[in-house]
Amino acid sequence: MAQQRTHVDDVDRSLYDVANAEDPTARFEAGLTPEIVTEISRRKNEPEWMLDFRLKSLDLFSRMPAPDWGPSLAGLDLDDIVAYVKPATDQQSDWNSLPDDVKNTFDRLGIPEAERAYLAGVGAQYDSELVYHSMQDAAAKMGIVYSGIEEALGDPQWEPIIREKFMTLIPPHDHKFAALHGAVWSGGSFVYVPAETRLDYPLQSYFRLNAKGAGQFEHTLIIVEDGADLHFIEGCSAPKYNVANLHAGAVELFVGKGAHLRYSTIENWSKNMYNLNTKRALVDADGDVEWISGSFGSHVGYLYPMSILKGDRAACSFTGITFAGAGQNLDTGCKVVLAAPDTSAAVETKSISKDGGVSTFRSSVVATERAERAKASVSCQSLMLDDKSRSDTIPAMDIRCNTVSIGHEATIGRIADDTVFYLMSRGISEEEAKAMIVNGFAEPVSKELPLEYAVEMNNLIKLEMEGAIG
Amino acid sequence: MTCEPKLIVTDLSASAEDAPILRHVDLTVNAGEAHVLMGPNGAGKSTLGHVVMGDPAYEVTSGNIVFDGKDITGLSPDKRSRAGLFLGFQAPVEIPGVPVSSYLRAICEGRAGTGDMKGKQFRRHVQKLAETLDMNPAFLDRELGVGFSGGEKKKLEMLQLLLLQPSLAILDETDSGLDVDALGVVSRGIEAYRRQPGATLVIITHNTRILEHVDIDAAHVLSRGSIVAHGDAALIDDIDAHGYEQFAALPVAC
Repeated sequence: MAQQRTHVDDVDRSLYDVANAEDPTARFEAGLTPEIVTEISRRKNEPEWMLDFRLKSLDLFSRMPAPDWGPSLAGLDLDDIVAYVKPATDQQSDWNSLPDDVKNTFDRLGIPEAERAYLAGVGAQYDSELVYHSMQDAAAKMGIVYSGIEEALGDPQWEPIIREKFMTLIPPHDHKFAALHGAVWSGGSFVYVPAETRLDYPLQSYFRLNAKGAGQFEHTLIIVEDGADLHFIEGCSAPKYNVANLHAGAVELFVGKGAHLRYSTIENWSKNMYNLNTKRALVDADGDVEWISGSFGSHVGYLYPMSILKGDRAACSFTGITFAGAGQNLDTGCKVVLAAPDTSAAVETKSISKDGGVSTFRSSVVATERAERAKASVSCQSLMLDDKSRSDTIPAMDIRCNTVSIGHEATIGRIADDTVFYLMSRGISEEEAKAMIVNGFAEPVSKELPLEYAVEMNNLIKLEMEGAIG
Repeated sequence: MTCEPKLIVTDLSASAEDAPILRHVDLTVNAGEAHVLMGPNGAGKSTLGHVVMGDPAYEVTSGNIVFDGKDITGLSPDKRSRAGLFLGFQAPVEIPGVPVSSYLRAICEGRAGTGDMKGKQFRRHVQKLAETLDMNPAFLDRELGVGFSGGEKKKLEMLQLLLLQPSLAILDETDSGLDVDALGVVSRGIEAYRRQPGATLVIITHNTRILEHVDIDAAHVLSRGSIVAHGDAALIDDIDAHGYEQFAALPVAC
């Protein structure tokens, strides 16, 4: 037991930590220049407008300041980051066609198994490109499109739609890392669900960053047409290196009238990762977006999925958990824009910090002049497991309509000694007792996750807890 | 009935945040006996129960605790529990998000009997015990202690007592705050526990009502952290009639 306590962090990470050898020829020079960006675009055979878009984004990027209001980005030197690493394979629709090391990686992560068990489609990205994409025939027959976004961009049917929507929710001038994304984005998924179409099983994309010192900049674009229904799951991980890696993906979700989209994420990047991801949803009348989010990994994280409720009675909910351990500074939360009458938002988040980890919950609720009778409730509960750790709540509200009803509630607590004693007095060890309390705390989030992920999350918490003691 | 000592507390002193609470307490409980520990509010009765169970909130400053012939003074509470000791809490805790069913499963894990049961069998066993305590079986799916009434919390303590079958149970004010019906249920639970072979009981209370249903072998009075009187069941009647005033004048150990 004592030995397990000492080494448990390694044991925990072993699943994610297996790094494969790299093919040096596939790796671009570090740093960001118009030449590199042009070369990425050329290799992808992109339309001219996309190259223009990239170059304009790069120009913006070079002129914009890095954010100075959140966790320090001092350890991230963008001149050292490799923007593009091509895996040694083309995209496949059969796991067995992948090179062994890539296939074994996804096997270890349980992706093919999950695909067989409960998914309607899977996309898997390895470094800068999607290496696997597959969807069940039944879903394809319903007219659902789930493909690599670059593939869709090369298809005359989808190219105009992508051009119309691409980086409109997250424009490159929004922030420095949005501009970076616009310049060097690569890989990611495109999903189109036709009107009144309901997919009963989730689609899942998994993002794996293997290359040392590299960035991953995948772009996910999802369109759920009027009255349609989709559950999309996103997972991500990387092996740990002693140099900084960067993730600056973008997720743009378009939810039609009366449509429903559930977007679940389990983020388990390694602890040398700067996760500067941007996610936004635009929701039309009577539509509904549900965000489920578990953030466990990364060295530094900035993550605030945003819901723009532009149609009457549009709704969003955000259920999230953040677990910040040693060396982690995770700044997470969400943003809501109530931009139409009778829109509503429900935000429930939990954060856990331990071993000197810093967890900050940042929320922003904006109600426009049009947001008559809109409602928002924001609840944030934090649990600190020791005196070294830190937890903050930073709510911001901008209300421009006086019929809006907004509630905000934040609590910050610790594991009570008397609760631990109670459990121990019934024969439960100290580690188990603490893990039980933390899992109970996380339960409102874990119960929202697909079962396999809930189990994974519980295991992560258990292992993190065991590592925390002694 | 055997006269083997189950619990021997010798010269036990304990403090919380450097404030002494227990002073040189001596107490012996033989296997199979039922004792009552009485005393006015603030006498240290609950502290004694917690220190015997190993609550880290208290520091033992002198003496030792011997359970089944082994010195357990330095043992962690979970190990004391696994050795057969049980403390019924005056104020059981609430743990949001933890279903009663999985909690009960966890406390039985690795124990003889209940620990070997399959899921369904275990659930049936728990439900049977719950029936004897007039508990609604739906409680199994609720979160531990959350939204429980005082009576429900105490019943859940009794359920755990019957489930864990400790050889020594210390019940700390299990009767406090209960209405007549709940009190009857708790008494039934105590009786059911007492029917187990070797079941040894220490009831901590400051009123005597619950004792009407239990045959008491010995009574002890704790005042200002020291035992000031030992006696048999007659001592209970005496306190019932005359209160604790009579002990207030007695010198206590320092």
